[in-house]
Amino acid sequence: MGTSAIRCEGIGKRYRMGQRQRYRALRDTIADMLRAPLRLFRSGLGAPATGDPRGAEFLWALKDVSLEIRQGEVLGIIGRNGAGKSTLLKILSRITKPTEGQAEIHGRVGALLEVGTGFHPELTGRENIYLNGAILGMTRREIERKFDEIVEFSECGRFLDTPVKHYSSGMYMRLAFAVAAHLETEILFVDEVLAVGDAAFQKKCLGKMDDVAHQGRTVLFVSHNMVAVDSLCTRAICLHEGKVVLEGPPSVVTSRYLQNWIPAATEVLYEDIASAPGNEMIRFRRACVRPLNGAPSDLITVRTPFVVEFEYWKLAAHAGLLLDMALFNEHGVHVFSTLERADFPGGLLRSSVVVPGDLLNNGTHRIELAIYVGGLMAGLPLVFHSEDLLVFEVHDATSRLRALYHGPWTGAIRPSLEWKTERLDCFPPSEGSVVSGAKT
Amino acid sequence: MDPKTYAAAVPVFVIRGSDSSWNFPFRELWQYRELLYFLTWRDIKVRYKQTILGLAWAVVQPLFIALTLSLFLGHLAKVPSGGVPYPVFAYTGMVAWQLFAFALTEASNSLVANDRLITKVYFPRLVVPLSAVAAGLVDFLVAFFLLIPFLAYYGIVPGATILTLPFFVLLAVLIALGAGLWLSALNVQYRDVRYTVGFLVQLWFLATPVAYPSSVVPEPWRAWYGLNPMVGVIEGFRWALLGAGEAPGHLLAVSVAATAVILASGLYYFRRMEDTFADVI
Repeated sequence: MGTSAIRCEGIGKRYRMGQRQRYRALRDTIADMLRAPLRLFRSGLGAPATGDPRGAEFLWALKDVSLEIRQGEVLGIIGRNGAGKSTLLKILSRITKPTEGQAEIHGRVGALLEVGTGFHPELTGRENIYLNGAILGMTRREIERKFDEIVEFSECGRFLDTPVKHYSSGMYMRLAFAVAAHLETEILFVDEVLAVGDAAFQKKCLGKMDDVAHQGRTVLFVSHNMVAVDSLCTRAICLHEGKVVLEGPPSVVTSRYLQNWIPAATEVLYEDIASAPGNEMIRFRRACVRPLNGAPSDLITVRTPFVVEFEYWKLAAHAGLLLDMALFNEHGVHVFSTLERADFPGGLLRSSVVVPGDLLNNGTHRIELAIYVGGLMAGLPLVFHSEDLLVFEVHDATSRLRALYHGPWTGAIRPSLEWKTERLDCFPPSEGSVVSGAKT
Repeated sequence: MDPKTYAAAVPVFVIRGSDSSWNFPFRELWQYRELLYFLTWRDIKVRYKQTILGLAWAVVQPLFIALTLSLFLGHLAKVPSGGVPYPVFAYTGMVAWQLFAFALTEASNSLVANDRLITKVYFPRLVVPLSAVAAGLVDFLVAFFLLIPFLAYYGIVPGATILTLPFFVLLAVLIALGAGLWLSALNVQYRDVRYTVGFLVQLWFLATPVAYPSSVVPEPWRAWYGLNPMVGVIEGFRWALLGAGEAPGHLLAVSVAATAVILASGLYYFRRMEDTFADVI
């Protein structure tokens, strides 16, 4: 097969717990300095924290990842949130350095890590094409040459001289993807960009990805969308807790991942307020999914109505909360979203929602929860977010709607719908010779 | 593409942990010169969108400060201005000062303001503070052009010394860049810097002879005053444009040396910290 495009040997990345979110205030360093002047002197002001003597906790986001990706391969990378997928792409695209190990990249790398990075709302569509192109590493001549193609792909031609802050989110996404899709690097990284936009646009993006793959370029594709990984990739790997746990043909990897690497979590409980996820506004306590009138360990079938419960300490008395729950199936399809406003004073709150039976199809489902503070209009500071807070299995069950069919049931949902068949007449019109062949 | 041609045609990047060697990435910066251009262009374009005065803001600020100084310090307090009319004296100083102060403030906040770019895309991080400083130069050019009618009104015609002016502009830019590198990298780690910059610029202003001549510092100490490198810039500006004051000598040499120290140490600190920017910002 082809030559190697990317070769990693023993790549590891260690983060200090919370380091990704937290920056230090100068007073922390000054306080350290007063406590132990010598240590600070030795390590230098603001030197990256490596071995903290007080035993700060470290987290290996990636550990010992060795990979070889040949030129022209389309590699799918799957895994749960926090498995290290994005960290791997960040290291390979040189945004962050590995703590250990080494990688060799043969070719220029273009990355679509987040569509619209570097778009400026005040600039027009035309101006943003140039700016974004330059940020993604295109030369001005390259952008000029591709300009018409980009505009055509984006379907935003009429609004080219309007600031993008007036664009609808769909137009914004289309323009952003259009610029990125016309990168001409030998290697392309794509991180979950297809999760956004309407169905027609997703199809277009997948089509473009397919073109890219057929041009003999090397693609690394991170996704939760198993269908897309199956159909686009030539090989797939699955990361779990920073390690490569599965590798092989995409269909094999995706199905084994779905069976083995999504452990059910029908109940989560944080006993200790201080270490529970959250911040000074809220602390999360418990979440569970259980059949209506049942316990979290009870079976949920396609027919069972079930309850999703969230318990949390609301520590900020005056702010209103907005809960945003989304449910995804095992193919990464977003089945539905639902919102709840909780305008209570502080205290331990429980929000629960009943999902009716005869709605979901069978398979593994995950529940994503985001909690915001304040009104929808107030810019919505996010105070809690978990993409796979609960994971549960909806089991198959025989039901009236199956009629005589026993095979796998397709579709994102399996509603029980009212069918009606009536007999309108006894026989075909008697006078017409045309219908002589009609069945009786 | 045929494997052999592929291997020969494409660049190879090696990724490993932080490098211990320290070398300046001239080549890489050159490759990313268009990004530098576009980021500068974006900063200028965006800054005055939806403003009524637009680029005129670049003139309004130094002009009004110079007028206020003229009224209170020049006219009422009778601060000496070395033989030139005080308003000219103050405005020339302010134009140079504004270039420095603006470039420094923008550069200090530049990395944090572009955090999304830094966590999502690779490019040499030096491009960010460099573009912030470059955008400051455009404001300077606008404010500078007002100097021409200003000087004409007072009947001052610059001599051949004006040819040395680009050198003093460059010096101001390098001081702003050096200090900006320090502060922008520190700002990633410690957000206190954001609150410190405005305060620092004010202190620095008071310590620099914009509103008063450097001759207020008595002679044996005069050259050491150049340790604040902006002293060399302001004195040089006035000398180049107005022919006022002495030709730059020891004081300028001290200022140039101080600039070199700030710039080299700023670059060193920035390069040492830049590997952690995406993780910490």
